[in-house]
Amino acid sequence: MGIESALGKGYLTTRMDTLVNWARSNAAWPMPMGLACCAIEMMAFAGPRYDAARFGSEVMRFSPRQADVMIVAGWCTYKMSHAIRRIWDQMPDPKWCIAMGACASTGGMHRCYGVVQGCDNFLPVDAYISGCPPRPDAVLHALMKIQDKIKTEHSIMLDT
Amino acid sequence: MTPDLSMSLELSEHLQKTVDHLSENFSDKLVHVYQSSGDTFIVVDADSILEISKYLKEELHYIFLSDVFGIDRYTSDERFEVVYNLLSLKHRQRVFVKIRCEEENPEVHSVVPIWKAANWFEREVYDMFGVYFRNHPDLRRIYMPEDFEYFPLRKEFPLLGIPGSIELPSTTPDTD
Repeated sequence: MGIESALGKGYLTTRMDTLVNWARSNAAWPMPMGLACCAIEMMAFAGPRYDAARFGSEVMRFSPRQADVMIVAGWCTYKMSHAIRRIWDQMPDPKWCIAMGACASTGGMHRCYGVVQGCDNFLPVDAYISGCPPRPDAVLHALMKIQDKIKTEHSIMLDT
Repeated sequence: MTPDLSMSLELSEHLQKTVDHLSENFSDKLVHVYQSSGDTFIVVDADSILEISKYLKEELHYIFLSDVFGIDRYTSDERFEVVYNLLSLKHRQRVFVKIRCEEENPEVHSVVPIWKAANWFEREVYDMFGVYFRNHPDLRRIYMPEDFEYFPLRKEFPLLGIPGSIELPSTTPDTD
């Protein structure tokens, strides 16, 4: 039962990358960049009904230095984009970014001079979520996509 | 203002008093009085907005300036309009006072000395339409970045703005 049966004789063999990625992907702490109504759905995503804790992402970190995934939830104005980028730059590597909802992805219905037409104009976005606002399930889906992405990464270099 | 025009208006007691007092004291300053969608609009001479505002506040109890906004009429003369949305709490009456200014160097008097609430409202009108308010204590942009060079609610301004006119953050930060 449990880890004892997987370990067999008390040891297992794996790759360092796999072990690190397993740990990272199941502890992706979000930086909630709540800018508009999508932030309400993001709260539901963290709450008990949808329960992001199942994926190890229940700790919303309001300090960028402790966060791994930035969820840009809402429309970014040109004025706000500087603050968002500054927070993003303060997050330690490795880091990932989710553009949540139509506004963060493309500008959405805010097709006007004051709103950046998609936060990928100044952030490297890993996952886009459609919807206005998206359901919390969709945010979980994006988080799972990020987890899949983390699991394919190679971060350990052999010292040759 | 033509007298028969105000006769055709359906005014409440206090609004009737407002129009009567204004036409009595400022007969040569009133341009037009009309009603639309249940609201009463008084177009006045732009240079006399200060004295008319003072009179409206002190004698007719319009103590609450609930909004100031600009309109780009896109006409060749008197292109811009500034509208003051006044409310008398005691009489529960609302009146709109309008002044107009030209496209070249649009400049009107600030009403901040009369209603302090006008401060940010007039900054918004300046930000969006470029109407300059004389004697405003702090006439800066309120929404757009301070180095922005355009006035976005003017009709000729494109919907999506001028590309590159507002700076996006650098995506290659200085790192060591």
